[in-house]
Amino acid sequence: MSATAEFRMPSLGADMDEGTLVEWLVAPGDRVRRGQIVAVVDTAKAAIEVEVFSEGVVDELLVEPGTTVAVGTPLARLTGTGEQPPPEPAAAPEPAQAAAAAPVPVAPAHPVAASPIVRHLAHEHGVDLAALHGSGPHGEVTRADVAAASAPGPAPVAPPVPEQAAPGTSAAERSDESRVRASPLARRRAQERTVDLATVIGTGPDGVVTVADVDAAAANVPATAPVTPAPHPAAPSRRRAARRSGKKQHEKDEAVAKQAAMREAIGALMARSKREIPHYYLRTTIDLASALAWLREHNAAVGVEERLVPAALLLKASALAAREVPEVNGCYVDGRFEPADHVHLGVAVALRGGGLVAPAIHDADTLSLPELMAGLKDLVARARSGRLRASQMADPTLTVTNLGDQGVEEVQGVIYPPQVALVGFGKVVERPWAVDGHLGVHPVVVATLAADHRVTDGHQGGRYLAAVEGHLQRPAELDATAS
Amino acid sequence: MTPDEAMGVVTDVLHHIAPEADLDDVDPAEDLRDEIDLDSLDFLNLIEGIKERTGVDVPEADYPQVRSLDAVVAYVARHA
Repeated sequence: MSATAEFRMPSLGADMDEGTLVEWLVAPGDRVRRGQIVAVVDTAKAAIEVEVFSEGVVDELLVEPGTTVAVGTPLARLTGTGEQPPPEPAAAPEPAQAAAAAPVPVAPAHPVAASPIVRHLAHEHGVDLAALHGSGPHGEVTRADVAAASAPGPAPVAPPVPEQAAPGTSAAERSDESRVRASPLARRRAQERTVDLATVIGTGPDGVVTVADVDAAAANVPATAPVTPAPHPAAPSRRRAARRSGKKQHEKDEAVAKQAAMREAIGALMARSKREIPHYYLRTTIDLASALAWLREHNAAVGVEERLVPAALLLKASALAAREVPEVNGCYVDGRFEPADHVHLGVAVALRGGGLVAPAIHDADTLSLPELMAGLKDLVARARSGRLRASQMADPTLTVTNLGDQGVEEVQGVIYPPQVALVGFGKVVERPWAVDGHLGVHPVVVATLAADHRVTDGHQGGRYLAAVEGHLQRPAELDATAS
Repeated sequence: MTPDEAMGVVTDVLHHIAPEADLDDVDPAEDLRDEIDLDSLDFLNLIEGIKERTGVDVPEADYPQVRSLDAVVAYVARHA
């Protein structure tokens, strides 16, 4: 007997209610395995690659690319899924994705298997968790289950962001010398394989160019096209230049629209944070002389690829300290703090041209510095190129914002609900510093903590910052992985 | 490597790191990090890109010598 499962629109952040399906990366009949990326979803903040957590065969794709649906809406049906095997760590080389397959672990005290975020969502929507059938591993109730229970059926909402709204045909657009419509993934694949998007026939809806189209073009295999004109391979260079500048203008317009949507999403989250969370703020100045000396020696001894940036040390110290002062690490849900038993460290990443995302490095406290550095580089690259994985958007338990590169000495931030703290680092500066009654000049950094006064007060917050400081005085220990 | 070739490589690497930046607008004598908003990871990517494309390894000790676009190009041309 083979079971069926539904692949639903995931929630990719505490503030996400809906997403737009951009592209399917699988088709009916394809076999999928756990952790495989099957779709690209656009949120107000970014385009995210979404993994599936069931094994099986794609039976039917239920939602068309270009459609915006509420979180929890079934997107596809899978068959042959059978019993859900227990989540095992993926064998991926990137440590940032090592814990990708496992959702937030179950808090043992509660009868219904559901993470704090899910319980919060259920509470908000007046959904009785006990009445739900969980579609997560071991019958755990997922966010999608709750969302589905509170908003049954596909709910296509307001028109999706402008870049997908145009109902016009690709033929009209193409000959208008306007931009080529392609999914972010396809756009990037075209860049990687040096394929001129303008010459690719799009087989997606409305002639959108998909990844498959780009790959086909790169392999010089004609893709099966429903109704599209032949490209103009012999276009004079002037026409092509005009098309490119027309493209550039459209790209700029879309970027602006995207910016506005992201700004709104961030604004809503920050407003909610300030409304709901009674913030208090602490600061401390940390001597980085030992840490940076250690770093200099380390970097001089290894190749460019293994070079570490100071941020890696700051992040590791922040993660380790969260273990020692667990009151800053977790979620505030249902009027109660739920400490997390892992440290998924959110890293606030500024996007080029504006905007902010804060995806997580999983189990940051257990990673060696090279692993953490690799995770950080991957995260930032993905965030900036709009290629984040759904598993990286999985809720961080504590976030760090590091504005050191901006030349700002100190940052007092706004906590990302439902987290209960935000760690801030400013720029490393040289300052007069007293050691054993002698005056010298040391590189120092101002570390700040914004914390939820419902969960901690200045004493615990102070202990946390002291722990961060302590770890940064013992840089060699930062490199160790957890025992 | 000639300065022109070096400029070609460097601008190419920068284009991948900061695709929206217009390198014609950049003041080549000013600190690149300010001119096109590079942070420490971007800068590291630049160094890695240069190593990959030209074989030139810029050790951390030499970072002060590669602050501006002109300085980077000159360094690469000198060492490649």
